Amino acid sequence: MRAADPGFDSRLLVAAALLVAVGLAVLYSAGQTDVPSAAERLWERQLVFLALGVVGAALAYRVSPQLLEWSTPLLYGIGIALLAAVLLVGTGAGTAAGTRSWLAVGGVRLGQPTELAKLGVILMLARHLGARREPPATLWQLAPAGVIVGIAFVLVGLQPDLGSAIVFLGILFSMLYWAGVRPWLLLLLASPILSLLLAFSTLSWGIWIVALTLLLLWLRPYVLEGLTVWLTNVGMGVIALSLWNRLAPYQQNRLLSFLNPEIDPRATGWHIIQSKVAVGSGGLLGKGFTAGSQKRLAFLPEQATDFIYSVVGEEFGFLGVLVTLVLFTWLITRLIRIARRASDPFASLAVFGIAGMLFTHVLESVAMTVGLMPITGIPLPFFSYGGSFLLTCCLALGIALRVAQESRVSSYAES
Amino acid sequence: MNWFHPHLVDRRATMAQWVVWGVVAVLLAAFFRVQILASSRYELASEQNRLRAVPLPAPRGLVLDRNGVVLAENVPGYTVALLAASPDSLAAVLQRIGPLLGVRVDDIPDVLRRYRLKPSEPVTVRRDVSFETVSALEERRVLIPGLVIQMEPKRRYPFGPLLAHTLGYVSEITEPELQQNAFPGARLGTLVGRDGLEREYDARLRGKDGLRFVEVDALGRTVRDQGVAPPLDPVQGETIRTTLDVSLQRFVAEVFPANRRGAVVVLDPRTGGLLAMFSAPSFDPNEFIGGIDPALWRDLSQADDHPLIDRAIQAAYPPASPWKLLVAAVALKRGIVQADSRMPIPCRGGLQYYSRYFRCWKLQGHGDLTLTEAIKYSCDVYFYQLGLRLGLPTLLQEAGALGMHEALGVDLPNERASFLPASTEYYNRRYGPRGWTSAVTLNLAIGQGENVQTPLNMAYFYAMLASPTGRTPPPHVVAPRTTAAQRQLQLSASELADLRTALISVVEGGTATASRIADLHIAGKTGTAQNAHGADHGWFIAFAPAEAPSVVVAAIVEFAEHGSAVAPMVTRIIARHLRGPDAVQWTGAKIVVPEDSAPAPVPIVPEEGSRAGRRPGIR
Repeated sequence: MRAADPGFDSRLLVAAALLVAVGLAVLYSAGQTDVPSAAERLWERQLVFLALGVVGAALAYRVSPQLLEWSTPLLYGIGIALLAAVLLVGTGAGTAAGTRSWLAVGGVRLGQPTELAKLGVILMLARHLGARREPPATLWQLAPAGVIVGIAFVLVGLQPDLGSAIVFLGILFSMLYWAGVRPWLLLLLASPILSLLLAFSTLSWGIWIVALTLLLLWLRPYVLEGLTVWLTNVGMGVIALSLWNRLAPYQQNRLLSFLNPEIDPRATGWHIIQSKVAVGSGGLLGKGFTAGSQKRLAFLPEQATDFIYSVVGEEFGFLGVLVTLVLFTWLITRLIRIARRASDPFASLAVFGIAGMLFTHVLESVAMTVGLMPITGIPLPFFSYGGSFLLTCCLALGIALRVAQESRVSSYAES
Repeated sequence: MNWFHPHLVDRRATMAQWVVWGVVAVLLAAFFRVQILASSRYELASEQNRLRAVPLPAPRGLVLDRNGVVLAENVPGYTVALLAASPDSLAAVLQRIGPLLGVRVDDIPDVLRRYRLKPSEPVTVRRDVSFETVSALEERRVLIPGLVIQMEPKRRYPFGPLLAHTLGYVSEITEPELQQNAFPGARLGTLVGRDGLEREYDARLRGKDGLRFVEVDALGRTVRDQGVAPPLDPVQGETIRTTLDVSLQRFVAEVFPANRRGAVVVLDPRTGGLLAMFSAPSFDPNEFIGGIDPALWRDLSQADDHPLIDRAIQAAYPPASPWKLLVAAVALKRGIVQADSRMPIPCRGGLQYYSRYFRCWKLQGHGDLTLTEAIKYSCDVYFYQLGLRLGLPTLLQEAGALGMHEALGVDLPNERASFLPASTEYYNRRYGPRGWTSAVTLNLAIGQGENVQTPLNMAYFYAMLASPTGRTPPPHVVAPRTTAAQRQLQLSASELADLRTALISVVEGGTATASRIADLHIAGKTGTAQNAHGADHGWFIAFAPAEAPSVVVAAIVEFAEHGSAVAPMVTRIIARHLRGPDAVQWTGAKIVVPEDSAPAPVPIVPEEGSRAGRRPGIR
C-alpha cells in the first residue's frame, strides 16, 4: 500500500491490468488466422474501447459511494428503460445475430444495454438490501429483491439472451448470500429452477419433489409460503415440457448437445467438440502464441468472443489456463476482500455483487469451453471482444477501487 | 443481529472465498483431464481436423518380356481430385469446373456417390488430364476450393494391340469389388488389373500407395499444399518378367493372315513357358486407360468378331485331325496297337458301319496302312477302326486323364475349359440311354463330335508329345500356378519316338525337299475343323527341331478352309524362332503339307430299325 494513499487497492489494479494485457494479446492472436476472418483487427478496436473504459473507471472512481447510492434508482431506471427499448427497436449483430440485444441509432450500433443493466441491477439490489438491518428471513421478504432482478431477467430473457439471464441469477444469489439470507431460504428460492432442470426425467423429478416435501416439513416455513414453493415446483415440472417446446430450436440444440455433443457433431455439437479439441490439443504448454491450428484454420467458432478461452487453452496449454484462472481468482478474492472491509452496507453489497457478476461470467465462459456448461454466448471479462462489457467491467472496477479507498479498515493500520 | 456485523461478514467472506477456490479447482481438474490426460486423443483429433491425407498412388510394376523388353510401363499422368466439406459444395465446384474437365452433368451424381463413401479423402474427378487442362485449373485455383492435382503414374502398353489379350489392362476398382474385397489392399480409386497378366498378378504389380498431407480449413478448403507433414513415399509394384518373346510375338502378328480371326500359341515344351500368345482380332488397351469411352467399349464388346476374347485360351474349336495323335497315344498306351499295326479293313474311301457309311477325307482311299502311315496321311478309316477297338468308355477315360475336358490352369484369368464328355453318362443324360449309338465313337476318333479344345490345350498336348518323357511343366507366362494340372503321356520313349517320326513324315512326307528348312526337321499335324457357321477352321500344330523339340506352335485360323493353309505360317514362325530373323527370308518359299479335310460328321442319332447301343465286333 502506498503510504500517501493507504486505502488504494493497487493489487486489484495489478490483477486487472494483467488480465487486460493477456486478454488483449489473446484477442490479437484470435485474429491471426489462415483464412480471412472478421476478427483480424478486432484487437485494435478493443484498444479504443479500453481507453474508453479507463476513462469510465476513472470517472467511477471519482464518484463517492454516497452519491452512487443516491443516484442508483436513476441508473437502474435508465438500465431497465434501455432493456425495454432494445426489445422494441433492438437489432441483432455479431455472435448474437439472432437476437435483439443491440441498441442502434441511425444504423450505428451503440452497444448492448444488457451489460450496463447488470451494473444497474447490482447497485439497485445493493441499495435495497443495504437499507435493511436484518436479512430477509422469509420468501415474502425476498420478494422486492426478486422483483428488482426479475424485471431485468425477464427483459433480457425476452431478447432472448439465456447467458445474460443466468448472470442475473448469479448476481441475485451471490448478493442475497452476502446480505445474510439463510442458505435453506436460497435453496427454496432456487427450487423452482432446479425442479425445471430435473424435469427432464420423471424419476429425478419425483425424487426431487419428495426431497423438497421432506425439507419443507422439516423447515416449517409459513404454511402459505411452503405451499407456494411446493406448488411452484410441481407447476414447473408440469410446464417443463411445454416450456421446452417453446424454446427456439437453437436453444434446444445447445442444451441437447451439452448433454451429448456427438448427437450432431457437424452442426450443434460442432462448437463443443471443436472447442474441446482446441483445448485438449494444447496439452501442457500449448501450441504457442498465435500458432493454434484449430483457431488458424477456423475450426474454432467465435474465437474472438464466446470461445476466446479455447484460444488460451490451445495456444498456452494447461499452464496458461492455470495462470489465467489464478489471475481471475485473485481478482475475485480481492473484490471479496474489499466487500468485507467496506465501510457501509451498500458499498459492500455492490462490490460483492460485482464479484458475483464477474465470477458467473468467468465460470460460464471458461467451463463451456470444455463442455462443463451448456453453451451460452457470454463474454469472458477482459478477454472477449466487446465494448459494452469491457466498459461495464471497467466501471465496476472503478467503483470497487473507490470502495476500497473508503474502506473501514483503511483508517486502521493495514496488517 | 445486524447482517453487516464485521464478524458475520468475515465468516461469509471466508466462505465465499472457499467456494471460489473450490469452483476454480473443479475447473482446473476439468482442464487437467482434457489437456493432460486426454491430450493425445485431442491432438490426434486436431491433426485429423487440419490434415487431409491424399493418397500417392504407387506406380505399378513393370512387365518385361524374356529379354527384358518393357511390355507394360508407367508414364506421368495428371489426376484431378477434389476435397470438399459437403456434397453441396462439391456439386457446386463440379458445376464450375465441369466444362473445363469435360465432366458432364450426368457424371456428377456418380462423383458425389463416391465422395460419400469417404468424405475425408479427395474424390477423383478425372484421370489422365492433359497438361493444358491442369494449367488452366491452376490459374483458377483460388476459385476452386479443395482442388488437388496429383501426378499419378499412368499405365502404358508400348506394343498396344500386339499383347492386349495376354497383358490385359487396368481400370479403377468398382464399389462392389471394394465391398467384396476382390482386391485385398485396394482402396477407392485404386487402379486394378482387369484382364490378362495385369489381373493375374495384380497383387504383385500393384505396389504400396504412399500418402501426402494437405492442410485444410474448417470448410475443407486447401490452405497449404506443400511441406505440411512428411509424406509417405509410394513403393512401386514388383517387376514381372514373362516368358514371352515380344519380337517373336511381333513376327507372329506379321505373318498371321490379315483380317483373319484365330490364335497362335508358341510354347517351349521343355519349360512350359509361353513364348507368344496371339489372338486376332485385337484391341488397343491404351484406349482403356483413364476411363473407357462408353461408345468404344460398346463397339468392342458387341462386335461380331469379339476382339476382347483371347482366342488362345478363351475360345475352343473342334480339334479335328490333330486329335488323331491323342487317339493313337491312348491306343499305344493301352497296348492295342504298335506303330506298325494295321487295321482289319483297309481304306477304300470310307467305312460301312451298320447302316451308315463313314467316309474318309480321301475318296480314292488310302489302302492298307500302318499306324505311322495312317498318321502321315491322316486316314480317317484307320482311326474309325482304332476308335472302335478302344471303345468309347476307354477313349473318354484316357482323354480325360490327359485333361482334355478341363482348363490347364495357365497363369491367366478366364481360361476356358475345353469340352469333352467325361464318360458315356453324358450321352445317356443328353440323348437318353437308348438315344445314341457307337457312332459317336467314330466321330470322336477323328476329332469331331462333342469335343472342343482351346488352342492352348492342343499346344500343350503336342508339347507332351514333343518331350522325351511325355511330360511338360504346366504352361505359364510368368510361373506355373500351384493349382495347375499335372499331366503326363504314359508312353515309353520308343512309343513317343514312333509318334514323333510319324509327325515328321506328315511334314516331310512325299514332298520332303520343299518343306525342309535349312536342316530343320519339323513335326506337325494339320487339321480342318468342321464349322457349321461357315468355312472350316484350319489347324496346324507343329514342333521342332523334331529330334529334340524346343518349340511347339499351335495355330488356328478361322474360316481358313484347310489346315494346309495354316502350315506355312507356322513353319515360318518356327524358323524365325530357331534360326533367327535372317532364316525366314527364304522359307517364305513353299511348304507343302498334305491336304486333309475332315469328312462331314455323321449324325449319331440312330436310324429307325437299327440296333442302337450295341457294340459291334470288328472282323
